Amino acid sequence: MTETRPTVAVLRFPGSNDDGDAAIALEALGADVRLVWHAEHELPRETAAVVLPGGFSYGDYLRCGAIARFASIMPAVRDFAETGRPVVGICNGFQILCEAGLLPGVLRANRQLEFLCADVTVTVETAANVFTARCAPGAELVIPVKHGEGNWFGDEDLVAELESGDQIALRYTENVNGSVGRIAGVTNAAGNVLGLMPHPEHAIDPLLGPTGGLPILQGLLDAARAGALATA
Amino acid sequence: MKATVLVRPKEGILDPQGEAVHGSLRALGFAVSGARVGRIVDLELEATDRAGARAEVERMCAELLANPLIESVEIQLEQA
Repeated sequence: MTETRPTVAVLRFPGSNDDGDAAIALEALGADVRLVWHAEHELPRETAAVVLPGGFSYGDYLRCGAIARFASIMPAVRDFAETGRPVVGICNGFQILCEAGLLPGVLRANRQLEFLCADVTVTVETAANVFTARCAPGAELVIPVKHGEGNWFGDEDLVAELESGDQIALRYTENVNGSVGRIAGVTNAAGNVLGLMPHPEHAIDPLLGPTGGLPILQGLLDAARAGALATA
Repeated sequence: MKATVLVRPKEGILDPQGEAVHGSLRALGFAVSGARVGRIVDLELEATDRAGARAEVERMCAELLANPLIESVEIQLEQA
């Protein structure tokens, strides 16, 4: 039996710069990657997962992600997410999903007002979503971050709602950027949309450093395969 | 009609930019006990009636110009 290669759409906005690494990582893990330009109106028909990569879409004008959420492709992403299939936003992709209202909260300038580029340790807070399903709650993953605006914010009510709904996926072990509750990644209520500031696509090959990104991308592909089978 | 939108970090929200400006002003010897940094958007509207213009700018703020989680807005209208 040959393992199916699920189709993963990696979006490209003007200013995206991690689309290439995301594609390489996902291909290496068994995906069939399609790069999808922001001006498209539809995802490829066989799309089983969507990735919004890191970068500086539209120059981060106004607020990070604020303009990208109006891209022509975004209604298709919203429709796709509503079907329950997996969507991941990494870094700028996380910012876009927050601005688009697909994920809770907002990312602001780092507390230290400096760009942060470092390997960080995050704790898996829950395995109740497809992305961390391969991890035990409490497991620690080392994944690089590289952002100037990764300081997640939500008010007390929102944080309480996320905690009770098991939507906080990842927390930094040390608060590297001022995020409320050291939050590094959150999901939507249904658990099929994840946003995270760390870059799992940069952490899959021991030759290049830590490999904490592996279980997250593998979880994404597990869900993509399951969804692709269900709709085949 | 012209409108000006003042976007400010909400009260109680950490404003790292304002803190950096505050610290720099103190370093220059100014007696400043706080600074907050926001954004101004000047708009030229096609609308001619004030009520309609205000309603439209409010919608612009909600849909794009500000993020209500962290920012407050003040709308000023002036007759061209």
